[in-house]
Amino acid sequence: MARFVIRRLAGMIAVLFAVSVIVFVIFNVVPNTNPAQLLAGKNSTPVLVKSIEEEWGFDNSLPEQYLTMMKKIFTGELTSYKPRISVDEQIIERIPATFSLSIGAAIIWLFFGLLLGYLSALRAGGWLDRFLTGFAIAGISIPVFLIAPVLLYFLTYKLEIFPNAQYVPLTENPSEWLSHLILPWVTLAILSIGFYSRVLRSNMLDVMNEDYVRTARAKGLSERRVMSRHVLRNSLVPIVTLFGLDFGATIAGTAIITEYLYSLNGIGLYAIEAVQKFELPPVMGVTIYGAFFVVFVNALVDIAYAYLDPRVRLGESGAS
Amino acid sequence: MSPAPLLSVKGLRVGFSTEGGLLQAVDDVSFEVRPGEVVAIVGESGSGKSVTAQTIMGLTRSKNARIEGTAEFEGMDLIEASDAELRRLRGDRVAMVFQDPMTSFNPVYRLGAQIGEAIRAHRDGVSKSEARARAVELFEAVGIPNAEGRVDDYPHEFSGGMRQRAMIAMALALEPDLLIADEPTTALDVTIQAQILELLRELNRKRNLATILITHDLGVVAEIADRVLVMYAGRVVEQGTLDQIFFDPQHPYTWGLLGSLTRLDKPRPVRLPQISGAPPSLLALPEGCSFRPRCPHEFGPCIDLPPLQARLRDEPGHCDRCWLSPEAKKEKRQVAGQIGLEAPTP
Amino acid sequence: MAIDPQPEAAAVAAPTAGGERGPWSLAARRFVRNRVAVAFLVLFFLIVLFVLAAPLWADHVAHTGPNKTHTLQQLTVGGEKRDVVNVEGQPIGPQLFAADGMFFLGADSRLGRDEMVRLMYGGRTSLLIGITTALITTALAVILGLLAGYYRGWIDTVIARTLDILWSLPVLLVGIALGVTLAVGGLKIGPLELSGGSLWIPIIVICVFTVPYIARPIRGEVLSLSNKEFVEAAVAQGAGPLRVMFGEILPNLASTIIVFFTLTIANNMLFEAGLSFLGAGVQPPNSSWGTMITVGVDLLNTQPLLAIIPGTMIMLTVLSLNIVGDGLRDALDPRSKIDLEAHTGTVATKASGAAAI
Ligand SMILES: Nc1ncnc2c1ncn2[C@@H]1O[C@H](COP(=O)(O)OP(=O)(O)O)[C@@H](O)[C@H]1O
Ligand code: SF4
Ligand SMILES: [Mg+2]
Repeated sequence: MARFVIRRLAGMIAVLFAVSVIVFVIFNVVPNTNPAQLLAGKNSTPVLVKSIEEEWGFDNSLPEQYLTMMKKIFTGELTSYKPRISVDEQIIERIPATFSLSIGAAIIWLFFGLLLGYLSALRAGGWLDRFLTGFAIAGISIPVFLIAPVLLYFLTYKLEIFPNAQYVPLTENPSEWLSHLILPWVTLAILSIGFYSRVLRSNMLDVMNEDYVRTARAKGLSERRVMSRHVLRNSLVPIVTLFGLDFGATIAGTAIITEYLYSLNGIGLYAIEAVQKFELPPVMGVTIYGAFFVVFVNALVDIAYAYLDPRVRLGESGAS
Repeated sequence: MSPAPLLSVKGLRVGFSTEGGLLQAVDDVSFEVRPGEVVAIVGESGSGKSVTAQTIMGLTRSKNARIEGTAEFEGMDLIEASDAELRRLRGDRVAMVFQDPMTSFNPVYRLGAQIGEAIRAHRDGVSKSEARARAVELFEAVGIPNAEGRVDDYPHEFSGGMRQRAMIAMALALEPDLLIADEPTTALDVTIQAQILELLRELNRKRNLATILITHDLGVVAEIADRVLVMYAGRVVEQGTLDQIFFDPQHPYTWGLLGSLTRLDKPRPVRLPQISGAPPSLLALPEGCSFRPRCPHEFGPCIDLPPLQARLRDEPGHCDRCWLSPEAKKEKRQVAGQIGLEAPTP
Repeated sequence: MAIDPQPEAAAVAAPTAGGERGPWSLAARRFVRNRVAVAFLVLFFLIVLFVLAAPLWADHVAHTGPNKTHTLQQLTVGGEKRDVVNVEGQPIGPQLFAADGMFFLGADSRLGRDEMVRLMYGGRTSLLIGITTALITTALAVILGLLAGYYRGWIDTVIARTLDILWSLPVLLVGIALGVTLAVGGLKIGPLELSGGSLWIPIIVICVFTVPYIARPIRGEVLSLSNKEFVEAAVAQGAGPLRVMFGEILPNLASTIIVFFTLTIANNMLFEAGLSFLGAGVQPPNSSWGTMITVGVDLLNTQPLLAIIPGTMIMLTVLSLNIVGDGLRDALDPRSKIDLEAHTGTVATKASGAAAI
């Protein structure tokens, strides 16, 4: 196990390095304009551009520029230019909103996704399965930027059941926290509910054909036990990996759009506002921290996966 | 007189409706297993051996399956039995060992736990530690060294042969009356195969355990069977005692199977010509005798399906499905490769 | 006479029912039998027709262009004059045919552009980007998958690790970053020069990040195919690498590729909408369904249709592609219900996915 963890952590460091290089390339090499101009934003003054050029050392060699960027990111010196505020502080301030949104939504989508997938697989081919499959495909196909406007318009503006979002800290007022988050949670979860239920269903149908399920039946186990202890348990193993990839990707993806649509003052909203003002340091900061977070979650999940699947843990299979 | 049969299968038919139409995997199979007896079912892959065995265990019940006939086990018809009744029987009175020990254990649970699960499913009030202790005993009984240390291993930590021993240990957990072993040695190396067969034979002798042994290898049959059923394309084409099948085979298909056998007791005879073609598709069986397309002795009557019946006057238990007269068989068999002419050197 | 004891494949293989039909025509028949998938295929073609008809509608019915503003103009509806954009800056609502088809779905914002015309032209952009990126992504993924799976060794290592890294990036976030930097300054690589507003920029961004989603599974399939006998036979007969990859292996990937291609169009359209919605994709004044939602969301309280209609169009397109893709998968790869003994290793394959990196 220790060897597995070490190997996994080494892999993670390599990926982090690669990610940082990609971000560096995106901001410092790809652009066809003066990067200082880019950093300064749309309506910048020549004075600002000049000072940014010095601050980032754009006349140095590329490796030096890379080091400068990494130093800025890790020492928290990243600042936005209009107004001049520390990017790190802004991000930290918004973490609770982003985490409340994504963790809450993840709980909802895991619960419903797995429940629906399980029911669907148990009744494979029946009308319930068809109905749930239709529901799942629809869920996968509805973009958040359709769900959110529809929910907002009807439930918030017309019927006034839910407040017009914005984030209320949990510590300030738990019930407000909850009522402000319900619509965003649903919005974010619907897609994944559809997706997870499909994946679990097809995993279960695969596992049902496994020899060891036949063995379990031949032992005289009850159908319920065969389904839960053998079919479901083994079908969940790949779901864990999926969740790892997906949770990080959701926080760094759909959650951004959701925050924007519901004006939840989270990291995603911060990044989008920066994008719209062409303010690059916040985008850079959010991107690289986001990437680190995603990679970190993936590594955690792989280690958890190894716990669930003894073959990986004991290093027999797994080298792809 | 022989004792009353433990299992008596009559007119078993299993069909699956598939995209290509009704697939008759098992057609009119009847046989009996008496206590302490080893009955072998032999035939090429796809001949319906596994479906026969799994139907007896109730493992082929599904929406697309059509099952007819009876399979009486101690007075209960396993074909008519409710799912709950069958479940109580499975693993407890009738146990099964599968072909591939690699995939027949759940990879995420420890072997001892999987054996314990079988015990606890049938015996209320057995604690986990008691079940584990029993698993250790069973490991010892099937010859797994260091049983105490290995019972908590995961399946992938075992070698193929050891895993098959563990599989057998699991089957024995509740001291069943009948063991169904579906190609228990096919996936194993030759030397390991011999060890597993030896283990099965020993269990059969010591515990008087009735066994249905399924295999495509007549060599395996020769080792331990009392009686033999030869299956081809879902039907029994010949059945009889071990000696009858080996020394007086009646069906050209059986001759073929015997011909491909490596005889360890004699220098191998001249290489026999391989039979051309493959078994027929079960969705498009030839008219009449289903062996017809591959049979070098086909003649006029073969266009009708031969019944399974005893054709030798003094051997009522020895039946086959071939229109040739016993005399013609003897003659053709001689030409074909002198099979079954000499008595064995045991 | 002797019988080969293992003619397994022949016995297990499903016989073709009615005789001489090839696998493709069988698949086509299976697909056609799937009513739902056929219905959604028709829907998809209707949507394509709808966006292709954009210039017809613009010239002959709406008499305006997608980017033309009508802020200070008035419209005659049933003899009565109405502002396209009223004094509070509210755009006019849907007129349907009351104004002879002008402003059929109303105006889009205080700029007073014709929503219907923009919807049709925006759909062109969205579909164009979706299909182009799907073509490029699939082609790239197939080539990378073939190279990695066929040559193995260091080529495979390099390709596989690169894909792993791309895979583990927060796609939308990095996509936004790349989209924004490119949108500001455009792109210049050697002779290739793209302006910031070029549609190629979102296309490039989308392609970069979606390649791994197809290349990884294809690589896996190539790995297992290249162990098959027919490949070994071709090599033994002296076929060169190109011949083996494209002549022997590629045809066996066809059904996977078709399914992935369909699903990728859907996926990439969502990606484009996300990027554009956030201002990092299609740049104004061009419209796509994603940018139209951005505009519409600002007026959600008073004119909800401005956000809901383009959103619904995206959903219908994506939904139809997803269902068609699913139907294709079922038709091309019906899980053979006959194989009982041939599924060793299913779990092991899945497990190996986790140990990547
Ligand atoms: N559930 C099923 N549905 C359809 N066909 C099946 C099913 N199970 C087995 N078959 C078919 O029945 C035939 C006999 O299979 P089987 O009993 O496994 O042969 P074997 O003699 O090799 O054990 C094969 O052609 C197989 O494809
Ligand atoms: S019945 Fe005819 S075809 Fe069939 S095995 Fe006998 S001789 Fe051959
Ligand atoms: Mg079998």
